[in-house]
Amino acid sequence: MATFQLQVVTPDKTVVNEEVETAICPGLMGEFGVMPNHAPMIAALKIGKLVYRIDGKDRILFISGGFVDIRKNKCAILAESAETAEQIDQDRAEAARKRAQERLEKQNGDIDQARAQIALQKAMMRLHIANLRVN
Amino acid sequence: MPSLKDVKMKIIGVGKTKQITKAMNMVASAKLRSSQARIERFRPYAEKYREVIGDLAEKADISAHPLLEKRADKKNCGIVLITSDRGLCGGFNANIILKALQILTEKRNEGKNVAFFCVGRKGRDAVRHLGMEPARSIADRMGSIDFNLAIDVAQDVAARYADGQLDEVYLVYGEFQSMAQQPPRVLTLLPIQPPEADEEKTGPDSEYIYEPGEAALLDDLLPRYANVQVFRALLETSASEHAARMQAMDNATRNCDELIKSLTLLYNKTRQASITNELIDIVGGAEALNG
Repeated sequence: MATFQLQVVTPDKTVVNEEVETAICPGLMGEFGVMPNHAPMIAALKIGKLVYRIDGKDRILFISGGFVDIRKNKCAILAESAETAEQIDQDRAEAARKRAQERLEKQNGDIDQARAQIALQKAMMRLHIANLRVN
Repeated sequence: MPSLKDVKMKIIGVGKTKQITKAMNMVASAKLRSSQARIERFRPYAEKYREVIGDLAEKADISAHPLLEKRADKKNCGIVLITSDRGLCGGFNANIILKALQILTEKRNEGKNVAFFCVGRKGRDAVRHLGMEPARSIADRMGSIDFNLAIDVAQDVAARYADGQLDEVYLVYGEFQSMAQQPPRVLTLLPIQPPEADEEKTGPDSEYIYEPGEAALLDDLLPRYANVQVFRALLETSASEHAARMQAMDNATRNCDELIKSLTLLYNKTRQASITNELIDIVGGAEALNG
């Protein structure tokens, strides 16, 4: 099976650097799949899950937005944070979800609201991905 | 002539100082290693950003974006001053602060207002010493830098820039050039200066699909690019701090060695002098008895 190189890079480390068969990215305008020899492309990503396939097995990664740069059969994803399902700290995500919800209910200031909204999205997505592993 | 005991005490005292400086040197070298490793790990991320932003800026209408636009009338200037929290690292912080003060004088002479944003206690203290209060100061975080700190600083400044409180923002930090050199560096943070696009990107690969469009992508990526630049400055300052401290502590340890050497010489001289004195007394006494 044809493969292409997938890199997931965060400010702290390179999380993934492997040959993969397909990848499904959470694009800002909707999810899209990447196959080998994809046309050059730069796309913004939203908070979501990245699914990539190695040897017919799907792996899931949490991505906190960022963008993807595809060129020369190389797909580089730049995200502020990226975690595998095993790395997600469920208790922390749960606490973050509660905190964000409380803040949203209090309603103070537009900036705080926007921030809490983002924090809530991240927490929900982390919990969602962590649960996928359990099932 | 100092007493024998005084000199002995002094030698012990200097020896203890030497132990401390030696330990600090080793701690700094361990911290430097981890800081350097972090810079290495961050490099692929930063380089990819540079590449993509340079690419995009070339294709899209760059003057259209508020973060790229050069304002003709620059009245309010911001300085993001990144220093270490602790001293004992030679002239490292002083050099950075001096550089920031140079900009301050320059801008004031042009009749502009200057606001400081300080990360690191040393910079904050220096600004307060001038009788100014920094618009924002973050202390005691240089030991635990993370990307969120960079986001916090960069977005604060960017928001003020967007609503007209600031017209230009400079980043002043310690650049990590080598173990021996950590010169202060000034970088224009806002308006963002797009990096040069790579030469080699001609041919079929230069035809990109942009999703969403170029302008929307720039909107999304430019503020993030500011985060990247601030984070790099934070990492470099932290590595520079440790390198500067290593060097300062190495010098201090060497000075201690020298001091111990000369004090030991003095100790031996003093001891010899007291022995000679005693001998003279004894000989003198014997002579008196014989006489």
